[in-house]
Amino acid sequence: MVDKSQPEPGASVELRRDDDEQSVVRLAGRLEAGTLPGVWAKTVEPLRRTTPKRLVVDGSGIEYCDGAGLGLFAELRRILATTGGEMHVTGLAPDLRRLLDLSALEDAAARVLEPEPRPGFVSQVGRATAEILGDVRDIIEFAGEALAGLAWAAVHPHRVRYRDMWIVAEKAGVAGLPVVCLLGLLLGLISAFQAAIPLGKFGAQGWIPAMVAVGMTRELGPLITAILLAGRSGSAFAAEIGTMKVTEELDALVTFGLNPTRYLVIPRVLAALIVTPVLVAFNIMMGIVGGYFVMAGMGYSVRYYAQSIIDSITYVDLLGGVFKTLVFGLLVAAIGCQRGLKTQKGPGAVGDSTTRAVVAGIVLTILADGVLGCVYYYLGL
Amino acid sequence: MEAIIRVQDFHAAYGGRTVLKDVTFDVQQGEVLVIAGGSGCGKSTVLKHMIGLYQPAGGRILIDGDDICTAVGRDRERILRKLGVAYQGGAMFGSMTVLENVRLPLEEFTDLADDMMDMIALAKLRLVGLDQAAQRMPAELSGGMLKRAALARAIALDPRIVFLDEPSAGLDPITSADLDQLILNLKRLLNMTFVIVTHELPSIFTVADRVVVLDAAVRTMVALDDPRTLRDGSPNPWVRAFFNRQASETDPEPTPSEVAPDDGRPKAERGDA
Repeated sequence: MVDKSQPEPGASVELRRDDDEQSVVRLAGRLEAGTLPGVWAKTVEPLRRTTPKRLVVDGSGIEYCDGAGLGLFAELRRILATTGGEMHVTGLAPDLRRLLDLSALEDAAARVLEPEPRPGFVSQVGRATAEILGDVRDIIEFAGEALAGLAWAAVHPHRVRYRDMWIVAEKAGVAGLPVVCLLGLLLGLISAFQAAIPLGKFGAQGWIPAMVAVGMTRELGPLITAILLAGRSGSAFAAEIGTMKVTEELDALVTFGLNPTRYLVIPRVLAALIVTPVLVAFNIMMGIVGGYFVMAGMGYSVRYYAQSIIDSITYVDLLGGVFKTLVFGLLVAAIGCQRGLKTQKGPGAVGDSTTRAVVAGIVLTILADGVLGCVYYYLGL
Repeated sequence: MEAIIRVQDFHAAYGGRTVLKDVTFDVQQGEVLVIAGGSGCGKSTVLKHMIGLYQPAGGRILIDGDDICTAVGRDRERILRKLGVAYQGGAMFGSMTVLENVRLPLEEFTDLADDMMDMIALAKLRLVGLDQAAQRMPAELSGGMLKRAALARAIALDPRIVFLDEPSAGLDPITSADLDQLILNLKRLLNMTFVIVTHELPSIFTVADRVVVLDAAVRTMVALDDPRTLRDGSPNPWVRAFFNRQASETDPEPTPSEVAPDDGRPKAERGDA
């Protein structure tokens, strides 16, 4: 409770410069967060300029001093420490003296407070480059481990954790089916609708089914499904494995003599390889259904639509799409697991891993899409 | 008694920064060895090197005569089979029930029938007083139960050496005392060797045959002996303070005559204020 009859609580400060060598600061009143800014401005700022060899702080008038006030003493001491001067505190009440002794920074510790110089542009670029190279090395290392793990699974099929694999397949596949179907439907609808107007100018609306079918099978279906998989499952893999790392479960696996790649990565990668083709098939099918709505609106029959689609897609398109799908599924699942295994320590680490898993999954998918597009083109597929 | 673990001239470093150096000690077959020391002195670091999770920056760690740091493949697996580890937070696999967690080492390393593995796992859970929670998921257990479940999993394969990382940190006094009794029983009845990282003094005095004391200030071990000997007669004052639970610096109440002095300097030097 503040006693209203008392004068407004405050602090007063008086800075006197005896000579070039010595300054005296006289503090009085209440040193607390509310009064500190005023006192700070009147002491710290001038002392930074004058840098006396010796500073005497007279605290005999201090009625009250809390942690904020201690900050002032610490800063004064730091200024003197950095300029090689000495500071003497006099007249403090016994309790305050004790408090100050307990919390006062040693000169050495005070110097450390000086911020580290910011790295220059060149070293920043260098550091970032080293980080990226390190990442690339990690990914290549992991790719080797994962391939070795897959080979091991092929040689020892009875030792694969099938139960985990089916659980992951259910989460990544069955649970993801509705959204994959919805996106497929919308994509088919939108692409057909967008094509209808320009193609209509040339009277070529009859080619819409072929466009939707080929576009969905060769490109859009696999790509969109992979991006969805990166967002839904790649992130989940990174978070699951990352949490296991943080809680020492990965260490526990290793001390059981179990290899985390075989035990955690292989079931997830296999599950992704199983579910992605199925998801893509649903995505493409719903895309074709979506395209039909637009065609029906323009008066085309189901029969015409179905026949045009059958005529326009070949087995090569289908198999090419399925192969892409498998590559995307492998990449997304593997990078999700890799990010999880590389999780650092600390509360934000799992979140970081998850973010990086999604971003890397999408980037790798689109890169692979470009590479496969070129390969298909040169193979004449 | 023979040494089952030999730690020789062990050095540990993280990213080029030395954490510990010149650590040398043996663990005898059937003893309880505690690794103690202040926070951040590298207790868990020593433990994690002893179970082969990290490569030491120097020195050797021999488990039953084999160097765990250099062993690979089947050799490494053979060494790991002799060890059981209970981690600080339990590290139970969240996707499995408690029973399945305890069964896992049996599944991976033995060819026992399913019902046998179930019974063995259940017996280990009963040993730590958790048989009622066998079918629950780790997320449903309290911190203390998780630690006990982790101990059950660590002893699932009846390992020769059990490593415990802070087994009683955060447990209530009764559960903690129960855990101490369990450790002593396992040691006596099954002749298991224990390496325990802890700084809980009551626990140390109850279970430890010998204590390795690490000091963060000098980054090495500063004592190795029976805890009572260290408490009463260690030549190192820091070690005596540790085992007697004394504050690091005794803070004398200022006497009235001491009120004025400033920074320990004589009055003449002080500015006239």
